[in-house]
Amino acid sequence: MSRVTIPAVSLVPGQAEGPVLALGEPLSFWGGLDAATGRIIDRRHPQCGFTLGGTILLMPSGRGSSSGSSVLAEALRLGTGPSAIVLHRRDGIVAVGAMVAAELYGCSCPVVVLEGVREWSAIAPAARLAIVASEGDGSVMIV
Amino acid sequence: MTLALSAFDRSCLEGGEGPAARFAMRLLARYAESVEAPCFIDAEAAHIDGCLYLGAVSLDFVEHLVRLGGRVRVPTTLNVGSIDLIHPDLVAGDDTLRRAGTRLMQAHETLGCLPTFTCAPYQAGHRPPRGAQIAWAESNAIVFANSVLGARTNRYGDFIDLCCALVGRVPYYGLHVEDNRRARLLVRISTLPESWDEPALCAIAVGYALGRLCRDRIPAVEGLPPGTGEDELKALGAVAASSGALALVHVVGLTPEAPTREAAFHGHQPDEIVTLTAEDLRRAVAQLSTVPDGTPIAGVCLGTPHFSLAEFTRLMPHLDGPRAVVPVYVNTSRAVLERLEACGSAEALRSAGVTLVIDTCTYVTPVLRDLSGAIMTNSGKWAYYAPGNLGIEVAFGSLADCMTSARAGRVTRR
Repeated sequence: MSRVTIPAVSLVPGQAEGPVLALGEPLSFWGGLDAATGRIIDRRHPQCGFTLGGTILLMPSGRGSSSGSSVLAEALRLGTGPSAIVLHRRDGIVAVGAMVAAELYGCSCPVVVLEGVREWSAIAPAARLAIVASEGDGSVMIV
Repeated sequence: MTLALSAFDRSCLEGGEGPAARFAMRLLARYAESVEAPCFIDAEAAHIDGCLYLGAVSLDFVEHLVRLGGRVRVPTTLNVGSIDLIHPDLVAGDDTLRRAGTRLMQAHETLGCLPTFTCAPYQAGHRPPRGAQIAWAESNAIVFANSVLGARTNRYGDFIDLCCALVGRVPYYGLHVEDNRRARLLVRISTLPESWDEPALCAIAVGYALGRLCRDRIPAVEGLPPGTGEDELKALGAVAASSGALALVHVVGLTPEAPTREAAFHGHQPDEIVTLTAEDLRRAVAQLSTVPDGTPIAGVCLGTPHFSLAEFTRLMPHLDGPRAVVPVYVNTSRAVLERLEACGSAEALRSAGVTLVIDTCTYVTPVLRDLSGAIMTNSGKWAYYAPGNLGIEVAFGSLADCMTSARAGRVTRR
């Protein structure tokens, strides 16, 4: 089977592969994610009730409270967080959450950005993605 | 883009300023690269949103910095914690939360942060001047600092805020840069709902709508009702930063960088003009309630963000007459409590049955004694987050409607 590989900007290095959870709307991890279970609890979010654990999380950007980094890092510490995050727009709050989980606990959750509209729409329907992110460069593979 | 480092930044990275500064600068450098900042600049102040215990990671991070001997290098205020240290019995949580929450607040003090414990430091004596480059966290504080004070901060989050304070540096990008502060979207309010007699209702309706429609564009608003002041702008910003990621809103004729429409847009034309009608505003407010009028309530929560002295002055007349039949909670800061104690208002509030919640907030920690009914609030932000955080139903209304409902025991609007 042929694999499509799309170059991406790497914010947090690491490697992961898994099923895709594509969020229809940005999610604020704080107030929107229960770190203990990895479940989306923002009742106004269209995917309220979905769980992030083990997924390659596609989200256009972060949203809302600046406490999102802690909740993401805590979810990663507890193993309920996503395996990797693919953003459409750069988001420092998301990146920092993943960085701190790596610094304090050695938990890996690569974060990459696909800024191009074509690239972003190309991966949106994928069922499974593989992420490879080093310092600076990364790629997203449809597998 | 490569990140240009000053001699001081490099010294931090190499450990010349101590191990805590090294840890902080390593994280900051990574962050700066991830947001494409070209360099760092000096920060004048910081506001830290790391005192809320969100799990072991909160404490692990700060205690790691304490072990490394960290000290903040700029005046640094603290956002709310999980515990009311003034009334420790108010928070019902289990022992883990109480112990960890208290330890977390103390660890921040050990790093040299000021024990302000408020999400409204700007109404507790900490108001950076216009143009000040600061590293502030907490979404409402960020909007307020940028919009109402004209200070300059990005939406800093946990960890990064403290890293900036520990090295006194902030990445130079986004809203630190003059050109990036210009409005792109003009939002005109064409008509106001006739029955709304509190300007805060309109401010919150507009804020909720802004959060939904702005995405990452900076709005300039025209047509807010007369009487819109600092507390209304605070409420507007708080809900806009909940329903969206707003960090700066210009209000033409009110906020310092928008004396005129032209000034708000730096002489350019708006990319888009949106008109909000009375109907749009009514719909926005309706979306903040999850229950219909008449629903029994188990309490009323005010003060998200923390109530100011002026807001207490507006609350006092509502306490005359029959007592509330459900608990009324008001979140505020130590600084405001001190003023309330000095003028006798604190005693008056307590004897009217009001519970003052200090250092924390009723939607982030278990304070409410009774969750058997809906909770009513005059805060758009509280209404937005409480259903998810506390698993409750919520009714949003004006201050007057909240207090009328507190007496009736159910959602009642005039």
